[in-house]
Amino acid sequence: MKLELRNITKKFGDFAANEDISLIVNPGEIVALLGENGAGKSTLMNVVYGLLQPTSGEIFVNDVQEDFEGPGDAMTAGIGMVHQHFMLVPPFTVAENVMLGHEHTKGAFLDLDAARSEVRRVSEAYNLQVDPDALVEDLPVGVQQRVEIIKALVRDAGVLILDEPTAVLTPQETDELLGIMRDLKAKGTSIVFISHKLREVQAAADRIVVIRRGRVVGEASPEATKAELAGMMVGREVSLTVEKPPGNPGEPVLQVSDLSAADLEGRPILRDLNFEVRAGEILGVAGVQGNGQTELAEVLTGLYEGEVTGSITMDGKELTGRTPREILDGGLGYVPEDREHDGLISSFTVTENLVLDQFGNAPYSSGGVLKSAVIDKRADELIEEFDVRTQGAAAPVSSLSGGNKQKVVMAREMSRELRVLVASQPTRGVDVGSIEFLHKRIVSERERGAAVLIISSELDEIYALSDRIAVMYRGAIIGVVGPDTSRDEMGLLMAGVTND
Amino acid sequence: MTDATTVTQEQKPPSRVRTALSGTAGITFLSIVMALIIGAFFIAFSDPAVQDASSYFFAKPFDTLSAAWTSVVEAYKALLTGMLFNPDASSLVDALKPLSETITMATPLILGGLSVALAFRAGLFNIGAEGQIILGSIFAAYIGFQFSLPWFIHLPLAVLGAFIGGAIWGGIAGFLKAKTGAHEVITTIMLNWIAIYLVAWLLTKPAFLREGRQDPISPPVADSAEYPSIVDQWRVHAGIIVAILAAAAVAWLLDKSTLGFQFRAVGANANAARTAGMNVSRMYLLVMLIAGGLAGLAGSAQVLGTEKSLTGGISAGIGFDAITVALLGRANPWGVVAAGLLFGGLRAGGLNMQTATGTPIDIVLVIQALIVLFIAAPPLVRSVFRLPETGGAGFMQTAKGWNG
Repeated sequence: MKLELRNITKKFGDFAANEDISLIVNPGEIVALLGENGAGKSTLMNVVYGLLQPTSGEIFVNDVQEDFEGPGDAMTAGIGMVHQHFMLVPPFTVAENVMLGHEHTKGAFLDLDAARSEVRRVSEAYNLQVDPDALVEDLPVGVQQRVEIIKALVRDAGVLILDEPTAVLTPQETDELLGIMRDLKAKGTSIVFISHKLREVQAAADRIVVIRRGRVVGEASPEATKAELAGMMVGREVSLTVEKPPGNPGEPVLQVSDLSAADLEGRPILRDLNFEVRAGEILGVAGVQGNGQTELAEVLTGLYEGEVTGSITMDGKELTGRTPREILDGGLGYVPEDREHDGLISSFTVTENLVLDQFGNAPYSSGGVLKSAVIDKRADELIEEFDVRTQGAAAPVSSLSGGNKQKVVMAREMSRELRVLVASQPTRGVDVGSIEFLHKRIVSERERGAAVLIISSELDEIYALSDRIAVMYRGAIIGVVGPDTSRDEMGLLMAGVTND
Repeated sequence: MTDATTVTQEQKPPSRVRTALSGTAGITFLSIVMALIIGAFFIAFSDPAVQDASSYFFAKPFDTLSAAWTSVVEAYKALLTGMLFNPDASSLVDALKPLSETITMATPLILGGLSVALAFRAGLFNIGAEGQIILGSIFAAYIGFQFSLPWFIHLPLAVLGAFIGGAIWGGIAGFLKAKTGAHEVITTIMLNWIAIYLVAWLLTKPAFLREGRQDPISPPVADSAEYPSIVDQWRVHAGIIVAILAAAAVAWLLDKSTLGFQFRAVGANANAARTAGMNVSRMYLLVMLIAGGLAGLAGSAQVLGTEKSLTGGISAGIGFDAITVALLGRANPWGVVAAGLLFGGLRAGGLNMQTATGTPIDIVLVIQALIVLFIAAPPLVRSVFRLPETGGAGFMQTAKGWNG
């Protein structure tokens, strides 16, 4: 199926999210829409899917002009979309989710068998391996995504839009998805693949269209170098490798010995961890998500709500049993994995978020009274220093892009003298330009002499930053290796395979 | 809009007035207007004269319409004169008496509304203002009639007692929330019932029952514990000053203090607050102590100012109206003051409307309910008045900046 956009413009008030965008997707072609967060990729696709109406411009499907008033019209025309956040009902089975909104009926009753066989048919045709009777809530994220793809294919989608499909996937799941995309393409489905991850775009796309600030700034072939693509995306040259002087580790600062943790139901989550991070050193914690990395960060910061045994010391002082307040005040900085959920208060201003964990300390308050002049001045300094792009210090932090939100979290944690920095997924959902900046800041913390612990499910990031890499598997550290370890070897470790 | 001319589907920018009306304050104003308009239909339909005229509506429709118009105009005129100003009075003091009534009614509503609003900002839904008012009333009344002290000790002591009484009741809910996770909506509703029966029981005991009386009423509080009246012939008393000071204190607490910062943080995102090192359980306890204390002060306005003794019905549903007041004031202290004055005015004016025109006072309740209904549904109001969609903060996002 062929999709063509001609001169699409979408304005919100004075702000043009898309300006004069023209795009052709040929039958059986995978076109990647590459751009930073906030460049207007999702807006454009919401226009194509009928969720938004263009201010001006035309959409053609198979050379017939279409006018979508809602997603229903777009689906009828053969356009399917898999959103970044899935639109599934967790307690329903796969078949029930797929039939939702298009229920087959036998008389007055639902015809689940018809739905089941449809799921099976599509699943087999495209090698998706989804059980129609599984409950969606029991499925891993990668499989849930395939359910979304089945939903679109069952309705005969000829053009499939995938909005940041890899943001929630593990590296293995990402590879599987790329394989599925190739299968779909081979069967004639056209795909629009929205992403800001260069590696995936290069691996999957036939053609790459780069969008910046609502406009198409160019087209590239997948053979273009990463630096070229990143440069087009950001509008200037970006360095993708982190400049890191050779390390000069000092005394151990963070020491973890015999650390175990169990959740509230008594299931073991962390098993007998022993490691240390020295001053001026970055230890990367790699592993497939869900192997205890999240909990390790929570245990280190005193936030974990289960039973913890063993010892954690910072500069020789015991941290277990202390409150998050005491640990933070003791010189530990924490960048949580989920900034929306744990790192920021969306309705608060940028300024307020910049002092969220320091407001109670001098010089930001005294005697329980906030010193707004000091706080405002400090916020302005941090916004400047961390290049936070905001309409103003008093703007709600929810109005910022993902990268700038992360800069706010990072600026807050680095605004005081840290002994230890624990950063979980420090650049998840962050655009290329900001990743470069955030990585530089993390390295500069190391240069300043802090012990840095990075937890990341992005191997690229682990390799770029780490002086040593600890690999976690099922709650235990299965090995500590150097950054020169090959990706294959690392993959085996992450899958729980050791040499001995 | 420099590029607007080049766009095919040109949209006229909304006028400044329309933009302002679609904001928070504008929606509130329009909600009140819409409630009054719908209230007018209820007034017309409930008027016997209109009902009579409507029996021959198809013969003389004008009779019905004119009767309806007269009845609505008269009722709202009585409502307004009962709220603000009586033009037929002989002296200025008499002419302004309705305003005094409005403020008298508003005082406990403001204090109760502040209680609900403060808890709300910390993410808790305090349904228990009613019970907290009762406890505040019990403490204030007991101190008021039991002791004999100079006024500058007696009155502050009774007011402090009211605060503590309310704080204990609110604090129980806060403690249960902090320690066991018990939902505050459930616990505060239950505490309301306990308080209602507690005061009924106390008023059967010699320690509380007025000598020579069988009905549930306490001895009158001593003059030295009463809120002084502001003008002799008026009922309005110094409780309103306490209410205004309380609003200023709550505004200061929320915007300027570290405690209020933590309340707002916990209310907006408890996970992030905890991650930033705040003790969320402690905040729940503290905010319920203060919120309960504020509701207790509403009890002091009733006992030490308006009623001057403790009765079984001392709270008079103020704790429930306070929830509405807090919603209407959008959990903002000065918004609560304005909403409290409006509701106080409706209570006072409704009484006048009933006596002057025979329109049932229940119409006022209908109007109050309609106001809340419309405020809870801004898209409805916007569509009725064809207002533009604005990015204005939703009702739940009431958090403000430093100076806010």
